[in-house]
Amino acid sequence: MELIKKNPKLFQWLFLITVFFFLCFAIEVPETYKFIRGQAEFIKDPNQSTYTLFGAEVRYYAFDVFWRLPPLLGWLPIWINDSLFFLMNEWMPMEFWNESTQSYKTRPLVLQLTRNMTAFMTFLIELIREIMLGGVQTVVAFTSWDWIDANPWAKLPGLPWTIVTAGAVILGYNLSGKGLALFAGIVMIYISIFGQWKPSMQTLSFILVAAPLSFVFGLGLGIAAFKSKRVEKALSPILLVMQTMPQYAVLVPAIVLFGVGDHAAVIITMVVAVPPMILLTLLGLRGIPPEVIEAGRMSGCNNWQLMFKVLIPTARRDILIGVNQVIMVCFSMAVISAFIGAKGLGFNLLLALNQLNIGLALEAGLCISLIAILLDKMSLAWANKQIDYFGNLTFFEQHKNGLCFAGVVLVGTVLAYVGSFYFKEGFNYLYEVPHNKGISTADFWNRGVDWIWDTFFYTLKIFNTWLITEVLQPMRALYLRMPAVATLVLVIGAGYIIGGVRSAFVVGGLTLFIALSPWWDRALVTTYMATFGVIISCIIGFTVGTLCFQNKHTTSFMLGVCDIFQTFPSFVYLIPVMMLFGVTDTSVLIAVVVYATIPATRYTIEGLRSVPAALHDAASMSGVTKIQRLMKIEFPLAFPHMMLGLNQTIVFALFMVIIGAFIGTEDLGQYILKALSDKKGAGIGLTLGICVAFIGLVFDHLIRTWVEQRKKHLGIV
Amino acid sequence: MTNAVIKCDSVYKIFGANAKKMLQDANGNVDAKTFQDNGCIVGVNNASFEVSKGEMLVVMGLSGSGKSTLLRCISRLTDATSGKIFIEGQNLLSLNNKELIDLRRNKMGMVFQSFALLPHKTVLENIAFPLQIKGIEDQESINKAMDMVKLVGLDGRENYFPRELSGGQQQRVGIARSLAVEPDIWFLDEPFSALDPLIRKEMQDEFLRLQEKLQKTIMFITHDFDEALKLADRIAIMKDGIIEQLDTPANIVLNPATEYVRKFTQEVPREKVLKIEDIMEKPHNENLSDLKVLKNETIENVAEKILTQEKSVGVIDENNQIVGTVHPSKIINTVFGGKKNSD
Repeated sequence: MELIKKNPKLFQWLFLITVFFFLCFAIEVPETYKFIRGQAEFIKDPNQSTYTLFGAEVRYYAFDVFWRLPPLLGWLPIWINDSLFFLMNEWMPMEFWNESTQSYKTRPLVLQLTRNMTAFMTFLIELIREIMLGGVQTVVAFTSWDWIDANPWAKLPGLPWTIVTAGAVILGYNLSGKGLALFAGIVMIYISIFGQWKPSMQTLSFILVAAPLSFVFGLGLGIAAFKSKRVEKALSPILLVMQTMPQYAVLVPAIVLFGVGDHAAVIITMVVAVPPMILLTLLGLRGIPPEVIEAGRMSGCNNWQLMFKVLIPTARRDILIGVNQVIMVCFSMAVISAFIGAKGLGFNLLLALNQLNIGLALEAGLCISLIAILLDKMSLAWANKQIDYFGNLTFFEQHKNGLCFAGVVLVGTVLAYVGSFYFKEGFNYLYEVPHNKGISTADFWNRGVDWIWDTFFYTLKIFNTWLITEVLQPMRALYLRMPAVATLVLVIGAGYIIGGVRSAFVVGGLTLFIALSPWWDRALVTTYMATFGVIISCIIGFTVGTLCFQNKHTTSFMLGVCDIFQTFPSFVYLIPVMMLFGVTDTSVLIAVVVYATIPATRYTIEGLRSVPAALHDAASMSGVTKIQRLMKIEFPLAFPHMMLGLNQTIVFALFMVIIGAFIGTEDLGQYILKALSDKKGAGIGLTLGICVAFIGLVFDHLIRTWVEQRKKHLGIV
Repeated sequence: MTNAVIKCDSVYKIFGANAKKMLQDANGNVDAKTFQDNGCIVGVNNASFEVSKGEMLVVMGLSGSGKSTLLRCISRLTDATSGKIFIEGQNLLSLNNKELIDLRRNKMGMVFQSFALLPHKTVLENIAFPLQIKGIEDQESINKAMDMVKLVGLDGRENYFPRELSGGQQQRVGIARSLAVEPDIWFLDEPFSALDPLIRKEMQDEFLRLQEKLQKTIMFITHDFDEALKLADRIAIMKDGIIEQLDTPANIVLNPATEYVRKFTQEVPREKVLKIEDIMEKPHNENLSDLKVLKNETIENVAEKILTQEKSVGVIDENNQIVGTVHPSKIINTVFGGKKNSD
């Protein structure tokens, strides 16, 4: 009795687990049960039950309700689909003036709006693309095709790669000095001589439109939410879901609304990149000490000046992290949106992966990663730049960057012009190195992969088989063996113990949504893969983080490594694992582990670092050993922050699991991928995305609630 | 009365959802406890006073006494719930936003307890900030800021960032910034509370030196009674939003109005606070010793000399006119005469 009184929570947990296992064993597996019954809507089978709701017919295999709940939400995807189509094709037809045919045309409002947005995005992308690569689209936008035919000279010439490279170097030097200039130069030259110029510039033009737009919208909405409680309340549920929504899932409805191509990709990227920007803007603005705001007011700032000269610069640190996130998401989406026809490196990468040409994929992936790191560093340097007031500068010194660039343009143009004589046959290498004429290391890598396969075939295969048969299959079977009711009880019970009735309702509702969707089994598979990834990632991340924390240099080194790895687009992680393990579940899981280890490591280090120095001293004076200090002081205090890392690890793992569908897994991701090529896939894709988001949110809610209580208990705020 | 730069007329500040209505119902009889029971917190309770040109009013009170709230009402960083505030005859509460900004840009400067410097700007940029906000062009504002840097003695550090400075130096930047627009009215909200004792004393002396030079109208907030005594022309002591007593330091020490004020004055060494004129008697024809003392000397400075005399000592003003007398026993009475005032 004494024990129960002392640890009431512990006994609640024990009780919960007992009930859970009791339910698991009490409920028999129905004899007719087979995995994958989610395809009910595709296959007709006399054994299926049906019902009709909101005009949608839902077919499913009926089981004991304790074992699997009937898909009462099965009508939702169909209904979303129908509504979308109705919106696009029938709702509010209006007369719109058509410029090219010089007449009015009747079109539904939403269709017209989305087409206008699309046209605007296309114009922006083409503008930048043609500055880099040349073309006529931009001129056409201001005139007409007929005019172009009549005036064949009228086109943007496109900059020779020498000029763009030199421009990047000057920019880098101007922003942060020699180091960045050197890096910029190396990246650009690498891109050029490896023949990746054209796709790189295509990707870059996409990013240069998507990133600033996302930044502006995110900042704007963040400010709006800061100023008005109502806006914040309206935004917060969307933000929450978007944080855990896999990027794949947004693609599908976007195709319906905006079609395929770069423009749609930009819009989707904004949908994905704006939420973290909003959150971080809000976080930064909230964190400003009230006295700074008062100081701004007393300096006589009007509202505009207060916002842009005091608040935003003061909140700069968080806003910069937001920019960083935006750039990360943009590059990640640059690859993923190749699925819906965006051009550039992502497309090449996908193509190469599809052909299992690991070498080519590696080159494209390296290019994307390098550009991502470069842009990331440049944006940081730009934000940290200082103004020098005291330089008594001459005209030349003041405008030296502009003059330099003008000189570079001149020299580059002359070079390109000379080149056109020198390389009479074929290609002008001083203008652009064509895609297939650059140096390629693809063969080398492919041979390397072959060598690995030849040499380590058995080792790898044994490991692979062992992992699949001994670990993954049993684990998967265990997850699928859970009766739906038992899972619900477990989740709701955990919610109740951690956060009380409210939490129980929240996580129960989220789980119930998934249970009532037609994809419960697949959600279980997704969860199992994510769980496996998270466990391994956490073990590695916590260990590596703790070890690195023992030394100042390794700490900063490790954080730097995390920074760089985080900049890689998520798809890039698939390349090396496919190299080693081919197309198997193992590959996906290893990619998940690698990807999810980043936040685990980072948060461990940051958590340990946040332990106040005074406590270290106090501990040292009590005569603790290093191990004792770690176990008794640092871990307990850093634990809440490390749990937030766990939270991120789960989100990262879920993302990667879903992306892993590209390699071929039998989970929710596979269906999302399938929905991409399905004409009626929009509703399915979105609902699947929501399911994945809800899996993430269940964990997110539980962990956050626990962390908040723990922090309050420890007195860290 | 016309030279009152700041004038408050029964100012109330009450926090809470239905503060206005509660205040109306209370009919001028505000009791903190009843308000608190109804979810309102009384910040400032019926404050009325004036500050005349060139005067330094120190508002003293413990934390939560409403002193900072009072200051924020007068700088209109928060709006007072009721009452009238006049700045140089202008009704502060009737100003629209543009006029208020104008007033702040030209007439007011404020120094904050936590310095409130902009972390992304250098010392120089921080100081130039109010000027740039006003629309003064870059180079001119920077030149002017440089003068301010010299005034507060930070030359050579103008390109440092706030995080690279010590607390005392940061507050010098804060002071320079608040003075950059050459305001007539200077608000200081516990400017030295976050500093070390030694630095604090140094900054107080520095502050007195500046004030001697600049002659601003000042409202100075502090929770440190010694600091108040050292700096103030007049002191307002606040408790629970109410101004308990507003008077010169000497009068507060000699005639504490309430028990609360008396507690503060008990430990104060009188000879440091009181001047000769505070304890002198009216001159009547009697034998005076040869020693004459100036009326605005502190007792501490002349006590030793006076105590060597047997007869009363003559007190003179700047024009060498005798305006009063002090008997040595009075000095002993004042300094050692227990904690009670000997009248």
